[in-house]
Amino acid sequence: MITDFDYQFFIEVLVGGLLSGVMYSLVAIGFVLIYKTSGVLNFAQGALLLFAALTFVSLVERGVPFALALVATFAIMVAIGIAIERTVLRPLTNKPPITLFMATLGLSYIIEGAAQLIWGTQVHGLDLGIEDVPLEVGGVLISQFDIFAAVAAAAMVLLLSLFFRYTRIGLSFRAVADDQFAALAVGLRLPLIWSTVWAAAGLVALVAGLLWGARLGVQFSLSLVVLKALPVLVLGGFDSILGAIVGGLLIGASEKLAEVYIGDYFGGGIESWFAYVVALVFLLIRPSGLFGQKLVERV
Amino acid sequence: MTAMTSDVPPALVLPKWIAPVLLLAFAYGVVPLIGSSYLFEAILLPFLALGLAGVGLNILTGYAGQVSLGSAAFMAAGAFAAYNFNLRVEGLPLVGSIVLAGFVAAAIGIVFGLPSLRLRGFYLAVSTLAAQFFVQWALTKFSWFSNNSASGVIDAPRLSIAGFALDGAVGRYLFALTVVSILTFLAYRLVSSQTGRNFIAIRDNETAARIIGIPVLKTKLLAFAISSFIIGVAGVIWAFAYLRTVEPDGFDLDRSFQILFIVIIGGLASIRGAFFGAALIVVFPLALSRLGGFLLGDVFDSGVLDMSQRIVLGALIILFLILEPDGLVALWDRVRRRLLFARQST
Repeated sequence: MITDFDYQFFIEVLVGGLLSGVMYSLVAIGFVLIYKTSGVLNFAQGALLLFAALTFVSLVERGVPFALALVATFAIMVAIGIAIERTVLRPLTNKPPITLFMATLGLSYIIEGAAQLIWGTQVHGLDLGIEDVPLEVGGVLISQFDIFAAVAAAAMVLLLSLFFRYTRIGLSFRAVADDQFAALAVGLRLPLIWSTVWAAAGLVALVAGLLWGARLGVQFSLSLVVLKALPVLVLGGFDSILGAIVGGLLIGASEKLAEVYIGDYFGGGIESWFAYVVALVFLLIRPSGLFGQKLVERV
Repeated sequence: MTAMTSDVPPALVLPKWIAPVLLLAFAYGVVPLIGSSYLFEAILLPFLALGLAGVGLNILTGYAGQVSLGSAAFMAAGAFAAYNFNLRVEGLPLVGSIVLAGFVAAAIGIVFGLPSLRLRGFYLAVSTLAAQFFVQWALTKFSWFSNNSASGVIDAPRLSIAGFALDGAVGRYLFALTVVSILTFLAYRLVSSQTGRNFIAIRDNETAARIIGIPVLKTKLLAFAISSFIIGVAGVIWAFAYLRTVEPDGFDLDRSFQILFIVIIGGLASIRGAFFGAALIVVFPLALSRLGGFLLGDVFDSGVLDMSQRIVLGALIILFLILEPDGLVALWDRVRRRLLFARQST
C-alpha cells in the first residue's frame, strides 16, 4: 500500500471527509450558539433538528409551497425556542450547568416524542432540488450536494459572525456570554436575549435538518446526528464557532481516512466511536479544545 | 441525615437499621409467596437490576461528581464478561463469574475514566460516550464475545448457587435480590467511609480536596472502578436474571440515559434514591400503558404509546429538576417528617 500509494484516491477520500465534516459543523454550531450565551450544553439540538426537518417535510407533502413551508417552519422553531426559554430555562436560572444539561436531555425526549406523535414515524424523502451528480474538480470527484452543504454552512457562519459583530443584539449576546451579571447590571434583558438565541438555534437546526434530512431521509435517526456533533464540540471547544468549523473538518477528514485506510484492521464500522477517540486523544494534550476559552469548571 | 432528622424527638426515631431489615424480611419472606410471575418478570427483576445500576452510577455521579453517559456500556461489559467466564472457564461457580465480570467492568471503567484526570464537566460527560459506542461496537463486531452467535445475542446459563438451582421467576428473583442486597449494603458502607467522604470532597471542591491531602487522581479512578464494578454486576443481573437473552443493542445510549434519569429522579448522592428512581422508571411505563388503554382504548397503539412515554418521561425529568432537584428521596423524607409531626401533635 505504501509503494503504490494512490494520491488521487487519497485526496478524494480527504475531500469527501472534509465535506462531511462541514455537515457535522452545521449541527455543532447550534450547540455553540446556546452554550456561548447561556452556558447550557443543549442536548435537545438534535431533537430540534429532527422537529424542524419533519415539520418542513410534512408541510411540503401536504401541498404547502416550498418557500411558505420554510417560513412557517422557521416561525414554529422560533415559537418553540421562546417556549423553551419560558417554561424550562427561566425556572432553572442559576442552577448548576449539569442540571441544565439534564433538563435539555428531558427536553429532547419531549421534542422527539412530540415530533413523531404529530407527524408520524414513517421515513420521508426530502428533495431540495439539488442534483447529486459528482463534479470533477482537477481529476477528483466531488459530490455536488456536499458542495452545496458546505456553501450553506459557510454562508450561515458568515451571517452569524456578522450578526455577532455588527448588530446591537449581537453585541449584547457577547456581553451576556462574557459576564451575565454585568450584562444584567447594565440593563440588558436576559430573557429577551435567551429567547433570541434559542430562535437562532432553531434556525440553525432548520438548515442543518434540511441538509441532513436530504442526505439521510427525514426520520427518527436524524436526531442522532447530535452524537456526531459532540466530538466536534469537544475538539473545537464548546464556545467557539470557529472551533466548531475546524473541529468538524478535522473530525470529518480523520474519520473518513481512518475508515478507508485502517478500518479493515478493526473489521470495519469504526466510525461510531473513532471521532470520540480522536477528540479524546486531542483533549489529553489540550484540555480546553482547539479554541475553547476556558475549562468548564467543576460540575 | 442528622440535619434532616434533628427536629424530630429522639423517642420517635427508630434505629437506622430497622427499616432495611424489615424491608428485606418482607422481600425474602412474603413477596415470593404472594407475588405473581408478572410481578417478578415485569416489575421486580428490572427494578432490582436498574436499581443496582443506579447505585453504581450514583457513586460516580452523585458522590464523586463525575458525570457519566456510558453506564449501559459497563452493564454490557459485565453481562458479556460473566457469560464468557461461565462458558469458557470449566467449573467456575456462578458467583465466581459474577465477581470476575465485575472486575472486568471495573477495569474498563478505569480505562474510560482516565480522561477524568484532565477533563471536567461536559467535556468529561461527552468523553464517557466513547465508552458507550466503543463497547457496543466491539461486542457486535467480534462474535467471539457472544460465542459466534448471530448478531451478538447471548443466552444466559442456568442459575445455581452451591448446587442449588434457582429456576423460575421466584428463583431468579431471589438470586437478584441477594446480589443486589449485598452490593447495596457494601455501597452504603463505602459512602459513609473515608473513601466515600473523599469522593464527596472531590465533588464539592477539587482544589480543597487536594490541599487537605486527598489523592485526587487515584480517588477519581477508584470511583470509576467501584461504580463500574457495581454497574457491571447490575448488567449480569439484567442479562441472567431478568431478560435471559440479551444482545449488545439492548445496552444502547437510551439505557445509559435511563440510568442517569433514575439517579436524578431518585436523588443524587443517595443510595435509597437509586431504588426510588428505578421503581418509578419501571412502573411508570406500565402504568401509562394501562391508563392509555383504559382511557383511549384502541386509539392508543404501541407507536403512540412509545411516543407519549417519551414525552411524559421528558416532562417528568424537567419537572423534577425544577420542583424537586433533590429527587424522590427529598420528597419522601419531607412526607415522612410531616407524618411524624402529625402523630406527635395528637
